[in-house]
Amino acid sequence: MSAAETDDIDAVPARRPARWHIAVFLAPAFLVYTAVMILPLIETLRLSFFNVVAGQMQFVGLSNFQTLFGDPRLSADFWNALRNNVIFFIIHMLVQNPIGIALAAMLSIPKLRFAAFYRSAIFVPTLLSFVIVGFIWKLILSPIWGIAPWLMDLVGMKWAFAPWLGKPETALVTVSLISVWQYVGIPMMLIYAALLNIPDEVLEAAECDGITGWSQFWKIKLPLILPSIGIISVLTFVGNFNAFDLIYTVQGALGGPNGATDILGTLLYRTFFGFQNQMGDRSMGATIATVMFLIILAGVSLYLFVIQRRMRRYQF
Amino acid sequence: MSNARTAPVRTALIHLALLSYTVIALFPVFLTVVNSFKSRAAIFREPMAVPTPATFSLIGYETVLKQGDFLGYFQNSMIVTIASIALVLLFGAMAAFALSEYRFRGNLLMGLYLALGIMIPIRLGTVAILQGMVATGLVNTRTALVLVYTAQGLPLAIFILSEFMRTVSDDLKNAGRIDGLSEYSIFFRLVLPLVRPAMATVAVFTMIPIWNDLWFPLILAPGEATKTVTLGAQMFIGQYVTNWNAVLAALSLAIMPVMILYVIFSRQLIRGITAGAVK
Repeated sequence: MSAAETDDIDAVPARRPARWHIAVFLAPAFLVYTAVMILPLIETLRLSFFNVVAGQMQFVGLSNFQTLFGDPRLSADFWNALRNNVIFFIIHMLVQNPIGIALAAMLSIPKLRFAAFYRSAIFVPTLLSFVIVGFIWKLILSPIWGIAPWLMDLVGMKWAFAPWLGKPETALVTVSLISVWQYVGIPMMLIYAALLNIPDEVLEAAECDGITGWSQFWKIKLPLILPSIGIISVLTFVGNFNAFDLIYTVQGALGGPNGATDILGTLLYRTFFGFQNQMGDRSMGATIATVMFLIILAGVSLYLFVIQRRMRRYQF
Repeated sequence: MSNARTAPVRTALIHLALLSYTVIALFPVFLTVVNSFKSRAAIFREPMAVPTPATFSLIGYETVLKQGDFLGYFQNSMIVTIASIALVLLFGAMAAFALSEYRFRGNLLMGLYLALGIMIPIRLGTVAILQGMVATGLVNTRTALVLVYTAQGLPLAIFILSEFMRTVSDDLKNAGRIDGLSEYSIFFRLVLPLVRPAMATVAVFTMIPIWNDLWFPLILAPGEATKTVTLGAQMFIGQYVTNWNAVLAALSLAIMPVMILYVIFSRQLIRGITAGAVK
């Protein structure tokens, strides 16, 4: 990566032999980024092949991964966290993105009054920290305060209320929906931007052909915003498989009740740091981080090399 | 537009839908702030009511300010966030300028290398980051957080800023060169002032995840002296779970700075997003 220091070859080498300013401009960002992000990442990947054997750090090949995937104690936790994480992601894709698209489609209607107000208001939860969001919803859903049962009574649904966060069957869905509530602003904004970028001529042409309203959305606008939907999906994927804060705040590091909301982020935290009577384990922590890295890398590559390539982009 | 007769009904339905979702988005925040100003009995008896002189109480805020060092937490959050944003903007703009202005061998490779961090979260390197911070004695310092957040913010900043810098006119820069300006003066005196709007967008994008982060403060700087507001609120609430006044007050205190900044910067933020800065 010493590209910054090299002289120009394809520019005019005769007049400006050494352009040190390029290196000076690049150096601070390159150094901080490399030292604090890339090297630790590589070191973490490397650590996943090492473990303490007889009091000494030794290269153990893939045995950490074998433990993670096969050891009866740890692997149960791991597979559980992975499954929960997949469900967490699926709920986001099924709920967050359609709602975001619907909101953006409504906001982008020309000459809609108060559009700016709606847009700013709906984006508010996205700005709040997970800690705030988590605790607010914990209070609202708490049977002690009784806000949620009271609200459901308004629509005659009080019988359906249950302490959702406390029951293993419903806890994961509830936490996912809280996260959806918080993050719906991001797909909304990005889709909104994509919809605004569709030129008027295209829509006018559609109207001349008698394509308006619903069918205009499905036939004209949706295909044009597909690239943005792809980006949102990959952002959601990366965000979900590296989520931690919300679960930690709402359900604690154990991802309670009974591991029902344990995801890879909380598992990494517990394994690396230790929690209650579990000892912290650096090597296994690095192993879990490596698995998360591979999952995210796989998702991003799938997007970059398969989905994005096949997607048709329209240039206006 | 074309079918004028159904338009009012359709518009009304759309307003209804958007308004309902606005209520869903704002209601929890409203509920928290409103109830933080009420006495304990009123919180439970009439959670929906706005505080009246009879139910108004600041007991929650008193507890928070007495028990937790919230002013200190705010200060830490401010210092960490501002320092990180300043470094991200300065280093990011310099690197973006180098990448967008000069042709040199490895330019594309360097661009890709610096863009890796947009997709790969820095959190995955936590194990080794902590190790490095322990080795350099930076654990429980704000410097550790600033370094991590600078590294975290740089990739997106470089990406956005280099897109903007490509739009700065070449004639202007060449005129500067003919007038004998050094490359550094061209960057600081000609280009930087022109990309100021993009810098503001990047600042807002960088700020939100830093201010809200729980993971790195929890791991790198959990000490009392370096706690950020997010971590401080988290721990305080964990301790005072049954003291509803205090919990609601702490939440409201944590919400307020974000809301104030949002009111000031919301235009900048929304314009930044909708201008297609993030694609």
